[in-house]
Amino acid sequence: MDFSLNEDQRMYVKMFEDFCANEVAPFAQETDHEEKPPLKQLKAASEQGFLGAIFPEKYDGAELDMISYALLMEHLGKACVSTALTINVHVALVGSAILRHGTDAQKEEFLPAMAAGEMIGAFALSESGAGSDAAALRTTAQHDGDRYILRGSKAWVTNAGIGQLLLVFARTSEEAGGKGISAFLVDVDTPGVKVGYREKTMGLRGLVTNTVYFDGAEVPAERLLGQEGQGFAIALEALDLSRVGLSAICLGAAEAALENGTRFAVEHEQFGGPIAYKQAIQNMIADSRAEIEAMRHLVHFAAWLADEGDSRLRTQAAITKLICSEYAMRIANRMLQVHGGYGYMKEYAIERIYRDLRAMEIAEGTSQILRFLIARDQFAPHGISLRP
Amino acid sequence: MDFTLPKEYELLRRMIRDFARQEIAPLAKRVDVQEEVPREVIRKAAELGMMGVPFPQEYGGMGAGELGYCILMEEIGKVCTSTATVIGAHTGIGAMAIYLDGTPEQKKKYLTPLARGEKIAAFALTEANAGSDAAAIRTRAVRDGDDFILTGSKMFITNGPIADIVSVMAVTDPSLGPRGGITAFIVEMDWKGCSVGKVEDKMGIRGSGTSELIFNEVRVPKENILGQFGAGFVTFMKTLDVGRVSLGAACLGGAQAALERSIQWAKARTQFGKAIVHNQSIQWMIANMATEIEALRSLVYRTAWMVDTGQPFTRYAAMCKLYGSEVASRCISQAVQIYGALGYSRDVEVERMFRDARIAEIFEGTNEIQRIVIASDIMRQEGVRISP
Repeated sequence: MDFSLNEDQRMYVKMFEDFCANEVAPFAQETDHEEKPPLKQLKAASEQGFLGAIFPEKYDGAELDMISYALLMEHLGKACVSTALTINVHVALVGSAILRHGTDAQKEEFLPAMAAGEMIGAFALSESGAGSDAAALRTTAQHDGDRYILRGSKAWVTNAGIGQLLLVFARTSEEAGGKGISAFLVDVDTPGVKVGYREKTMGLRGLVTNTVYFDGAEVPAERLLGQEGQGFAIALEALDLSRVGLSAICLGAAEAALENGTRFAVEHEQFGGPIAYKQAIQNMIADSRAEIEAMRHLVHFAAWLADEGDSRLRTQAAITKLICSEYAMRIANRMLQVHGGYGYMKEYAIERIYRDLRAMEIAEGTSQILRFLIARDQFAPHGISLRP
Repeated sequence: MDFTLPKEYELLRRMIRDFARQEIAPLAKRVDVQEEVPREVIRKAAELGMMGVPFPQEYGGMGAGELGYCILMEEIGKVCTSTATVIGAHTGIGAMAIYLDGTPEQKKKYLTPLARGEKIAAFALTEANAGSDAAAIRTRAVRDGDDFILTGSKMFITNGPIADIVSVMAVTDPSLGPRGGITAFIVEMDWKGCSVGKVEDKMGIRGSGTSELIFNEVRVPKENILGQFGAGFVTFMKTLDVGRVSLGAACLGGAQAALERSIQWAKARTQFGKAIVHNQSIQWMIANMATEIEALRSLVYRTAWMVDTGQPFTRYAAMCKLYGSEVASRCISQAVQIYGALGYSRDVEVERMFRDARIAEIFEGTNEIQRIVIASDIMRQEGVRISP
């Protein structure tokens, strides 16, 4: 056992800190208040190679291990959750799927362009009738000679409004559940693809999330990712990695909340001294600090499992995301309380962090679905096979 | 013991509920987006007597006591927290201070137009460095012949931007502190030297204006001293006690609305081939919400009965506010969770309700202050004096 970061990782941390302090944190408030897509942050990130963070160098990636990637997401999450999630979807959901399942030609076509930020990846899985029950999706891809014809619509497609590349999951056969689903790499400019309504959300207001319509969009057969029928497995595998990234973002945002709360408790005086001297405040700070340390170890462990290619990652990613999203939310809630009335005002970062984090218990698997996955894994060896 | 609501109060509830559904609910989204409760709504509410529910009829009120007022706040709280906040700050604290400690002349002159809704009231206590520690205020009132010269600024004042008449707490003798050194005044905002300062940009209750109020050498006649000279702190604390009961009622309404929406959505939303209400995770959330709501309802209405029957109620009022705000936040967060991603969208009401609810844990005395009030009251009977 060795809990220290290696030399490379320590160097990256310094780099991430500088990058976030200069290129991300200063714009977090305007990104939220003006609901501005974080385009300039993405451009800066591409210059550092962060948009291809886990891609191999031969595809212009930074070839980071997952622990380093988690450190990147932690720092981005600390600075601006909207920016961090935009990048996590691009890298860990879309990029990782291409990296693992793409042909050489697909990798060459997409990964360098993604790393350069010329192409931003969007993930199109959910539909209005298929959220937690993702395998119930109804978008179809009809095989027709050397192409597929896509029909249907996708909801909550993160990055669709700023992305060039949609990773679309569609049904290629009537086989029930996940088995009939295939994954496609679809250019957003394809005739018959329409990026619709941008969701107006409570937080994550820099994130661009849209409904996307497919009305007979023709996709060349070479844009099929993996094999026919493999789509759902590809989605789940990508979600394993993105849940690690998302958990790291929660960790970073919780750290930002704690820093803000701590500073406020030191500076704000009531009853003749800083409120830091009140036990009620101390308890909120202590619980938050303790929970952050637990989150950090969960994140690093899950990232390490990913690096090791360990099959325990599936359940551990669910555990990590469940704990990190719920802890982060309650830490933000406590730190908002420490701020008193100020915490309810948009001038203070904690107000934004609180709204941003409320999405985390829902996005990329609700807490309820994650609990189901964990319980199913727990009961499986006992001859009980759980169905949702 | 008889928990039946008297017939006339049932009728009152029906009248308010109809008004809330027909006149307030349809505007709730607009109120949030446009950051204003239309004056027309206030005017119509006033016509029905809803701006002066707890006050005696001889002063233009409805004479329905705290019970009637809690019914009002519960029903309005169900449909629009911003509107409930405007009415609450007006009736429950702004005008309430005048009702509790005003002279017959003051009540005739000020309470009457307020109770009729012809004028709007606010309650000005908080300052930049005097939030939880209300006794640390610095606004000064210096005697000048038969008048007082009022100078200072108040912060986070609900209804600040629209108030005509404000109950203001100021220091009249810095050597005495809260015991004897602070006096309450009734101030008309159109007097020379009164102005509205910075208007806050908030997470929620965006239709209820919150602002700074600036008093620059405002001449206040001594007839406008509210309550006894030097006893302003007592007047204000007494007022806040009453306000906390009805705030608990507004939270009850918000929590109830969250439960009702959760039930409807859980019935309507299908995942995994069945309505999500058939999942125990959802059933438990609904059962917990319903249980907490019933406990809160009993607490609020019993406390209203204590107010109306002249029993000491300080401890219970603090419990109404503390428990009410936490139950509301919890229930509404669970409603968001049941709605899933849709609950995070500003197109659905639970999103707004989530942002709106968070302030109730902070304003009119943070929940930390409520715990101090409750613990102090309990320990006082044990002969122990608690200092914050």
